[in-house]
Amino acid sequence: MNDASRLEHCFAALKKENRPALVSYLTAGDPDAATSRRLLHGLPAAGVDIIELGMPFSDPMADGPAIQKAALRALENGQTQAKTLEMVRSFREQNSTTPIVLMGYYNPIFCYGVDRFLANAARAGVDGLIVVDLPPEHDEELCQPAAQHGIDFIRLATPTTDAKRLPKVLSNASGFIYYVSVAGVTGGSAPTPERLENSVSQLREHTQLPIAVGFGIRTTEQAATIGRFSDAVVVGSALVDCIEYASTPDDAVERIHGLVSELAESVRACRR
Amino acid sequence: MNQPVNLPDANGLFGSFGGRFVAETLMPLILELQDEYAVAKNDPEFQRQLAYFQGDYVGRPSPLYFAERLTEHFGGASIYLKREELNHTGAHKINNCIGQVLLAKQMGKKRIIAETGAGMHGVATATVAARFGLPCVIYMGTTDIERQQTNVFRMKLLGAEIIPVTSGTGTLKDAMNEALRDWVTNVDDTFYIIGTVAGPHPYPAMVRDFQAVIGHETRTQMLEKQGRLPDSLVACVGGGSNALGLFHPFLKDPSVKMIGVEAGGKGVKSGLHAASLNGGTPGVLHGNRTYLLQNEDGQIADAHSISAGLDYPGIGPEHAWLHEQGRVEYVSATDDEALEAFQICCRQEGIIPALETAHALAEVAKRAPTLPREHLMVVNLSGRGDKDMMSVAHHLGDKFGMKNA
Repeated sequence: MNDASRLEHCFAALKKENRPALVSYLTAGDPDAATSRRLLHGLPAAGVDIIELGMPFSDPMADGPAIQKAALRALENGQTQAKTLEMVRSFREQNSTTPIVLMGYYNPIFCYGVDRFLANAARAGVDGLIVVDLPPEHDEELCQPAAQHGIDFIRLATPTTDAKRLPKVLSNASGFIYYVSVAGVTGGSAPTPERLENSVSQLREHTQLPIAVGFGIRTTEQAATIGRFSDAVVVGSALVDCIEYASTPDDAVERIHGLVSELAESVRACRR
Repeated sequence: MNQPVNLPDANGLFGSFGGRFVAETLMPLILELQDEYAVAKNDPEFQRQLAYFQGDYVGRPSPLYFAERLTEHFGGASIYLKREELNHTGAHKINNCIGQVLLAKQMGKKRIIAETGAGMHGVATATVAARFGLPCVIYMGTTDIERQQTNVFRMKLLGAEIIPVTSGTGTLKDAMNEALRDWVTNVDDTFYIIGTVAGPHPYPAMVRDFQAVIGHETRTQMLEKQGRLPDSLVACVGGGSNALGLFHPFLKDPSVKMIGVEAGGKGVKSGLHAASLNGGTPGVLHGNRTYLLQNEDGQIADAHSISAGLDYPGIGPEHAWLHEQGRVEYVSATDDEALEAFQICCRQEGIIPALETAHALAEVAKRAPTLPREHLMVVNLSGRGDKDMMSVAHHLGDKFGMKNA
């Protein structure tokens, strides 16, 4: 285990700056391997603090249309688990500080082989995992083995996570807590800030881990509002949409890095 | 050997299969459902209501019919048909829907959702939703809507809203994804009636229990008719609810052989099939670990079957367990074999079976001739074929002078 992980360093540094982290989500291999690589490598310079990289899955049950389409584009262009890990490895050759969290569903990891996956992910420089369909009841599958490889297992807390359930959700959580702002799929309706602030402060009473908020955050205004009371703001579908609307790969890169810069500016200013 | 009859364990596992692989948003609800179901299972009032609706509304018990002409035709085993197609709505699906809608009422849910492939589960769900005055949304793939238009119309008549699902291949798997997305979004007021013995715990066990009425009746009826248990049970398997409903009450009887028939499509070797056990590998999808059709990278493959109800790349986790334990033998029947058996059943018995059921009959055609008359073989006649007229006409239309089919 690292003495202090990239995620810990990142959150500690941001605390000194008194600002939240900007977390971007993109699907690995979307729209194609080469463009996806350019997108990934340019994210830190555009202002992303933590990178979430989606492992595409054919049946993304918790995702809305934007990320469903992203997964299909990536798979149609030949993305695999091995290629996703290779993307991380090549990113780490140039960047040793920006944390990367892989996000996805369990089946592609299970089929790759859990031990082999964790060993290769750790070697590639993966810092954390978010696996949507592995609740704490299945911690022995991946969460506990991940800890042995020094990879954080980031847990989702949701509006349905009541006081009775919360201790279980927090039990083996590490890295940060991802608060799902609305009951629903990614890219859905925006949460109301008041209720969200309340939920985040309740969550804080039970955990020392940083709290990220995601699902339904699309605009610089939303990012700023939510960034005032959370430790990180996750933007996904709005970025992924840029790929769909882009006319060329260059256009996609320009749009995404452009939107990231605006969001980055917004989270940097939100507590001033 | 482990006693498969006492599974799943507290975590919903049948050996390594089953489980609760769902998003955290759904977990509190799934745990609540598990508790509510555990109470209902032992609640005399719930069981009384269930028995009442199974009897007066569904029309149970369904007959166990000696298929004399089919027996003569194949010239071997004595063939009995468990007439689930005579149930209200024309298939076994309603056995489960009645149980789940009673549970939904008990839990105070205000809205019903379901996925459907062939439309029989959709029709059964729309039916119970109408009966209990609950709004109902059915997710159905566009490919299935195309080939099961009669059922789409039936569901609409029953007051259900049909949401066409275009993602993926527009079949059952995609409908299930979309129903899960609805559920996670409307988790407070919505009850998801899953139609087969799959999904997160407690669904595989709960659906099995509601369908086990098929096997319990068969046992009593065969004892009355022949004074002994059947020698073999045959049923088609997609997700596997009609098969498990028939098999489960006999799992502890070693003399009873059980055969599950998967959809072989164009043949398991062709790669165009829906035979998860015969042509798949273990994986995690739709809340449970089971055998799936998938590539080596864990991406789910498309299933292929003439029968919309079997066109699913997975199978209930208890079947995966029974397969690995060797308690049930799983075979497959191709589209062509099913169509052939379909016609034999029509002509010999005057019963038009569902295309799903025809897969079980195709196995009977292979197996019955090799067995003596004393061998008592029960086939689950899980559904009637009215819904399949368009599909069958498409494949056999020329033969019957329906040129435009």
